[in-house]
Amino acid sequence: MNKPVRIKKLGLKDRYALMTRGLDWETTFQPMDKVFPYDRYEGIRIHDWEAWEDPFRLTMDAYWKYQSEKERKLYAVIDSFAQNNGQLGLTEARYINAVKIFLTGVSPLEYAAHRGFAYAGRHFRGVGPRIACQMQSIDELRHVQTQVHAMSHYNKYFNGMHSRYHMHDRVWYLSVPKSFFDDAMSAGPFEFLTAISFSFEYVLTNLLFVPFMSGAAYNGDMATVTFGFSAQSDEARHMTLGLEIIKFMLEQDEANVPIVQRWMDKWFWRGYRLLSIVAMMMDYMLPKKIMSWKEAWEMYFEEAGGALFEDLSRYGIRLPKYYEVATKEKDRLSSEVWSIFYNYGYAAAFHTWVPTDDELDWFSEKYPGTFDKYYRPRFEFWRKQQQEGNRFFNPTLPMLCTTCQIPMGYTEPDDPTKICFRSSQYKGETYHFCSDGCKDIFDFEPEKYVQSWLPVHQIYQGNCGGATVPEILDWYRLKDGADNGDYEGSQDQAMWKEWMAARARAAS
Amino acid sequence: MPATALGNYDFEPLDAEKNFHGNIITYWNWVDHLMFCAPIALPLAPDMPFAAVVGEVLPGAYGYHPDFEKIDWDAAEWTLDGAAFTPDLNKSLKENGLGHKSVVRFTTPGLTGVGGSYT
Repeated sequence: MNKPVRIKKLGLKDRYALMTRGLDWETTFQPMDKVFPYDRYEGIRIHDWEAWEDPFRLTMDAYWKYQSEKERKLYAVIDSFAQNNGQLGLTEARYINAVKIFLTGVSPLEYAAHRGFAYAGRHFRGVGPRIACQMQSIDELRHVQTQVHAMSHYNKYFNGMHSRYHMHDRVWYLSVPKSFFDDAMSAGPFEFLTAISFSFEYVLTNLLFVPFMSGAAYNGDMATVTFGFSAQSDEARHMTLGLEIIKFMLEQDEANVPIVQRWMDKWFWRGYRLLSIVAMMMDYMLPKKIMSWKEAWEMYFEEAGGALFEDLSRYGIRLPKYYEVATKEKDRLSSEVWSIFYNYGYAAAFHTWVPTDDELDWFSEKYPGTFDKYYRPRFEFWRKQQQEGNRFFNPTLPMLCTTCQIPMGYTEPDDPTKICFRSSQYKGETYHFCSDGCKDIFDFEPEKYVQSWLPVHQIYQGNCGGATVPEILDWYRLKDGADNGDYEGSQDQAMWKEWMAARARAAS
Repeated sequence: MPATALGNYDFEPLDAEKNFHGNIITYWNWVDHLMFCAPIALPLAPDMPFAAVVGEVLPGAYGYHPDFEKIDWDAAEWTLDGAAFTPDLNKSLKENGLGHKSVVRFTTPGLTGVGGSYT
């Protein structure tokens, strides 16, 4: 009998070649255009799908192995966090309101990303990007699951965390992240990747994940830090996909350049508007602050983003349109947005408050040009009113921007005292916008945004459970007197004070 | 190009006037008073007199502000959809030229919010 031939194990490069690209084939029963109907209508021209480079060269079997190792570690930490009453390690219960926003506003986007990448992972005819998207699709599903599991511990104690998907689909401010992703998912696969992989995960990610994760670490939220670490290596892969798709489109055909530039303009602006909520979270919601929004913007966009776009200029790409407006807004953004939530805090699933005196001084130092002039008097007035039992809430629903769906609280780029109004006419109807960025997006594809589900208009049309605030809160599944309103006097605050008093008694 | 799409892409606007049960949506902005974080959206009957908005609706919306009772309405300056205009208080919103999704802004000279902070 012949001795069995020992076959040498394949190297990483060969394994990748055989187990990803080698699994692809040209269809013969049906033409490729019918099998992949969605990757041409956006106008992107691809001549050679083989030119796709995947620097990670990850095969599916290796992917499963790495991910399961990460899961084991993560769940061990989450268990120990719960068993050791990890919630007591927080700086203050106020902090949890940032987690509530994350759970209702961001985690459902991870699920939306899972769906979006599954779609892109089906519809590219090139196998390289298809596999990368499929892996990212599974990553995103893992992220939403781990986030929900990690934060579920807080749901045992704190209000406002009980109905994240229901709220994501209905509550007025959550229509902002929801419509952002709906816009991306209803585009073709190339625009979807430019929107999510490049603009959001590559260009703006440091302004989303870094603030939330550092904010968590600074404020004793080990549950969030743990899933953040577990997601980090996935995020590195996602960022690479973001840059690769852009370079791939730009290198394949010169005619792709203006299309890609327009998508960058659009998705930079949409992403930036969505990040308003992060600006507010960083400046107003963290009891222990990391850095100001303004400093984060300067570091992560003006410096890092500037270098990136300089690198892309060799393809004929310039900085996204209206980046200078975003830069002008950095001194006021967080205060304008916190004011919106302070106005309508009776209809939000988290608490709002007036900053403490120390915090007001922090703002004066971080925002010397604007804070004392425009915002300190506002907060001092609101605090005085509250102390007199007359807490301010805005009794009338706000006008919303048709594109970003945020209340029209932004001011003119060159005048922080005047609301910025823009509008367009389309087929005899008027549409309003908060900025030139949002107006441009509408003007290019009006048919998409004439369908905007604007929460205020929907309430007035009678589609949100009724005409009164209690009926609408019911429809949102928002528990009046528990989930909403001021932090001062809330159940969360009372419980936290009780815990801290018990701890002091035990120590004495 | 109305939308980048594979096929025909044509939808009814979700906020057409007919969906508001006889009302029109109007937006109001009291300039220099950003305590009210954004312009307000009011569904109003088009045949409502302009005076009723000033006398009955705006006090409910803006009356909390200490500047509100100091307003001299005769001195107020108005714009409608971006152009200066002088409302005729006794005429209806429609007769004053307000349509569905019109924007009305009013400035109240001498009043610039809490401590002159435009709040």
